[in-house]
Amino acid sequence: MSRLQKLVIGRVSLGILTLFVVSALMFVGIELLPGDLAQQILGQSATESTLAAFRAELGLDQPAHLRYFDWLGGVLRGDFGTSLASGREVSELLGPRLANTMFLAVYAAVIAAPLAVILGLLAALWRNTLFDRGVNLTALSAISMPEFFVGYVLILFLSIKAGVFPTLARIDSATGLWDALYRSFLPALTLILVVVAHMMRMTRAAIINVLASPYIEMARLKGVPRWRIILQHALPNALAPIVNVVALNLAYLVVGVVVVEVVFSYPGLGQLLVDAVSSRDFPVVQAVGLFFAAVYITLNVLADIISIMSNPRLRHGR
Amino acid sequence: MKSLLKSAPPSAIFGMLVLVIVAITGIFAPWIAPYGETRVVGDAYMPWSAEHPLGTDNLGRDMLSRMIFGARNTVGLALLTTAISFSVGATLGMLAALKGGWLDEVLSRLVDVLMAVPPLILALMLLAIVGPSIPNMVGVIAVIYVAPVYRLSRAAAMNVVGLDFVEAAKLRGERTPWLLRREILPNIWSTLIAEFGVRFCFVFLFIAALSFLGIGIQPPTADWGSMVKENATLISFGDITPLIPAAAIALLTVAINLIVDWMLHRASGLKS
Amino acid sequence: MGNLLNIRGLRLEAGSRARPNVIIKGLDLELDRGEVLGLVGESGAGKSSAGLAAMGYVRDGVRFAGGSVEFDGTELIGMGRGQLRRLHGKRIAYVAQSAAASFNPAKTLIDQYTEAPRLHGVSGRAAAEQDAVALYRQMQLPNPEEIGFRYPHQVSGGQLQRAMTAMAMACRPDLIIFDEPTTALDVTTQIEVLGAIRDIVEQYDTAAIYITHDLAVVSQMADRICVMKDGAAVETAPTKTMLDAPQEDYTRSLWAVRSFRRPDAEAGEAPALIRCEGVSAAYGPMTVLDNLNFTFPRGQTTAVVGESGSGKSTLARVIAGLLPPVAGQFFWNDAPLEPQLAKRGAETLRNIQMIYQSADTSLNPRHSIREILARPVRKFTGRRGQELQARVAELMDLVDLDRAFLDRKPSELSGGQKQRVGIARALAAEPEFIICDEVTSALDQLVAEGILRLLVRLQTELDLTFMFITHDLATVEAIAHKVIVLKNGQIVEQGGRDEIFGDPKQAYTKRLLTSVPQMDPEWLTEARARERSLREAQ
Repeated sequence: MSRLQKLVIGRVSLGILTLFVVSALMFVGIELLPGDLAQQILGQSATESTLAAFRAELGLDQPAHLRYFDWLGGVLRGDFGTSLASGREVSELLGPRLANTMFLAVYAAVIAAPLAVILGLLAALWRNTLFDRGVNLTALSAISMPEFFVGYVLILFLSIKAGVFPTLARIDSATGLWDALYRSFLPALTLILVVVAHMMRMTRAAIINVLASPYIEMARLKGVPRWRIILQHALPNALAPIVNVVALNLAYLVVGVVVVEVVFSYPGLGQLLVDAVSSRDFPVVQAVGLFFAAVYITLNVLADIISIMSNPRLRHGR
Repeated sequence: MKSLLKSAPPSAIFGMLVLVIVAITGIFAPWIAPYGETRVVGDAYMPWSAEHPLGTDNLGRDMLSRMIFGARNTVGLALLTTAISFSVGATLGMLAALKGGWLDEVLSRLVDVLMAVPPLILALMLLAIVGPSIPNMVGVIAVIYVAPVYRLSRAAAMNVVGLDFVEAAKLRGERTPWLLRREILPNIWSTLIAEFGVRFCFVFLFIAALSFLGIGIQPPTADWGSMVKENATLISFGDITPLIPAAAIALLTVAINLIVDWMLHRASGLKS
Repeated sequence: MGNLLNIRGLRLEAGSRARPNVIIKGLDLELDRGEVLGLVGESGAGKSSAGLAAMGYVRDGVRFAGGSVEFDGTELIGMGRGQLRRLHGKRIAYVAQSAAASFNPAKTLIDQYTEAPRLHGVSGRAAAEQDAVALYRQMQLPNPEEIGFRYPHQVSGGQLQRAMTAMAMACRPDLIIFDEPTTALDVTTQIEVLGAIRDIVEQYDTAAIYITHDLAVVSQMADRICVMKDGAAVETAPTKTMLDAPQEDYTRSLWAVRSFRRPDAEAGEAPALIRCEGVSAAYGPMTVLDNLNFTFPRGQTTAVVGESGSGKSTLARVIAGLLPPVAGQFFWNDAPLEPQLAKRGAETLRNIQMIYQSADTSLNPRHSIREILARPVRKFTGRRGQELQARVAELMDLVDLDRAFLDRKPSELSGGQKQRVGIARALAAEPEFIICDEVTSALDQLVAEGILRLLVRLQTELDLTFMFITHDLATVEAIAHKVIVLKNGQIVEQGGRDEIFGDPKQAYTKRLLTSVPQMDPEWLTEARARERSLREAQ
């Protein structure tokens, strides 16, 4: 097995291991909690029969590892248990919200990624010019602002004052595509602003790093024109770090969705998760948390694998 | 010190000014605030006036006082959490770099797994289990952020551990505490300080976000994050009051980032 | 004179315009067609900057601040970017110091070779590729037909350097600038590369500027030599003239370095301080040292010589206790020496000290010199307070350093001064045995000589025993009593200095001795003939 294959398999294994750890987290956590969980959640006034029903519902009478495997088996069949708060099947709750969240995430990603890479590239090429400094300052400010600040500012100016976009993003399965795009514009814009800032800075750094390499100077001394150096010498070597940056930031975007959904009351998984945490609805928290973690981990592993595979030392072995 | 301040660009000076103002506000909050943190002083959502420069909030408490106490609470907690994760993370990182072997392997694998999970999601899941409260929140965030601090200090320490003077010290028979304290730490100090600033910003934004979501600092404690959520309805009336605590968060973070950027610029400049 | 390149009063500056950092202050240089000019000087003299400036190129942050650079009658300073670009690679080419870093890792060698000819319209791809193979063959690269299709990381350092030289020749330029092309190579590889360069430059009648700090190498390659110091030319003369009769004091001092030789080098029969019996060491499954048997005579300097990978540094670490041997044992004054550092007693720790190659990494940049010296004095001799400070000052005197340096940090000292602190630190323990690990390899030749003289003096005054690790045979000849030659973890030959240098028995030892560039212009030709016959004999 070549070094390349070994590295890739190693990385994927680590990702799968992490997923298992995350999935087991809730079970381990509940197990380690001091005191009686049922009492803590239902409060002092709960009756003995309510407490017993609660414990039975969660299967707390069984040892932790059995509960875990039970749950795992359920997951493989698509059964994530029942919500404590609403009594409905968790998988039922997940369905439509999953679609909404993915819609929002893809909406933002498709616009953010190319925009950020182009801005980063230009800033690196024209580094230390006014353009570069301006872009950097704006990006720095955008990164420093919490998503909810950006979100509310957009609501204030674009929705309330200008009246152009709706305040709350009400979409459901019946909404048409253009309508959905229109109503989700503000939350998408919020996500885009924050993610573009991160991505642009990292892209710029990656390209500057490549441009500082000795082989770039060598190409200049051979009389290669500037645009050719960038296209043929710099870009092939910068591609890997840039794709890495994009993948990492997409992972970040998937998580940033949570706060944005709350700000705009967008009916997605993020909103669901926060509500579930507040009401300590474990089955829902488990399922949604696992989903977010899985997407994040997958994107990170993908980013790593792309990095590994674009290293010429590994692609063309010794 | 004076020459240091003279050479600072206007952005860094601005940053330091903001930092100092926030620090003073936070430290002397009980003496500066006109009203108590949780005292109801009038009707809800009163407009800005002479007695209440920022109006009142959704329960009729004075916004300005809540902002001042918020500085103390939010910033203070962020500082505490960062300090905890930093001391633990940096020590473990340096130890792993120095000792190597199985200690390094085990710790690094654990940290890899920890960092593979999105921090917000992990925090939400953990807080669902232990319940939202201030000590729980500090604990959960501190544990989560031990990982990146560990990685950074380990990487920085690795650069130093391989240098000959560390080997010379080992050959002298120096023990681990000496090596960590006197040989390695002085050489990674500036990296750690810069990272502390960056980490503080992350923690600060994190606490604000959690509080905004209702899972961090609980009412009635004044906190910039939850204050935004509590008064959010005002936005639909075109009132910018709920944006004030959010703007304060943004301002402090920008200020610290400007200072850290300047420090990093100096450090890289000095090297060349 | 000067009908290809004419540099007059060149001035290069960096940094702020108000108080600039002057890199080159008024350099005059001339070059005829087909002539090779050697540009020599110590580090910091400005040779690299001068070489690049000869192409009309300056690095980021550096600017032309005066003078003129005329290439074939055209002024390069102030020339339009497009025009300059057309000259670069086509009529003036550059060969960088590190070939590994100067090749694009994502493209094949031959792709990078054909880039310049195709760009400048000199030839099409197919023709350029054929040309590449022909040049690779001339450079004596293995498998010339297919080596071009490899990626840089698949080719060794010496081969990459030759490939880069071939690439520079692609457009048959009028002038090539070689910037320290063999500095990073092993002595035996160096011969091949030097020879290849000399051949090709002669064959195509290319003019060349050969930049190096190695005096012996420059005397092989150049028709004329220009000595630079602090950004200006000190002396310029034809090679033979300069070797036989240098005019300036500075030039004379550079040449004189190699003449230091310790007077009293009879390897006599001194009793062994350290005896090594059957020691082998390994890193995991890889054997690094294999069944070594030798002694270090008391009060003498034993040089351990070998090329990179021979195991000399590993041997030092084993003796120091950092790597326990897998077989065999060391004896200290006939008593067994504890192999593990952690288990050694205070006396042993005190008696065995080490001085490192790079003073930049061997002194903690955050400690003052006083702290660096006080710690070992305190730990090993138990002195405190006044007594401690007095002893620290004494140590500074011992190594000829001004006591004022005590309260400074290492970054404020020069390379040579830092190395003296390293020596003082070793002496602080009042040891019997000191391991010198390539202690002069990173120093300029003048400074290195000072250190060697100091070590020889200290040995006599304090009755020290030295293990002197080096790859530089000239240094060995200067200060060693006894020589041990290592190759691939095994002892090839050992004996007294005069014995080894006068009458080497093993083939490898002979090869090693004759691979050291001498300051005789004929040396290279003879060395290559020898190498060739050795290769054919195998």
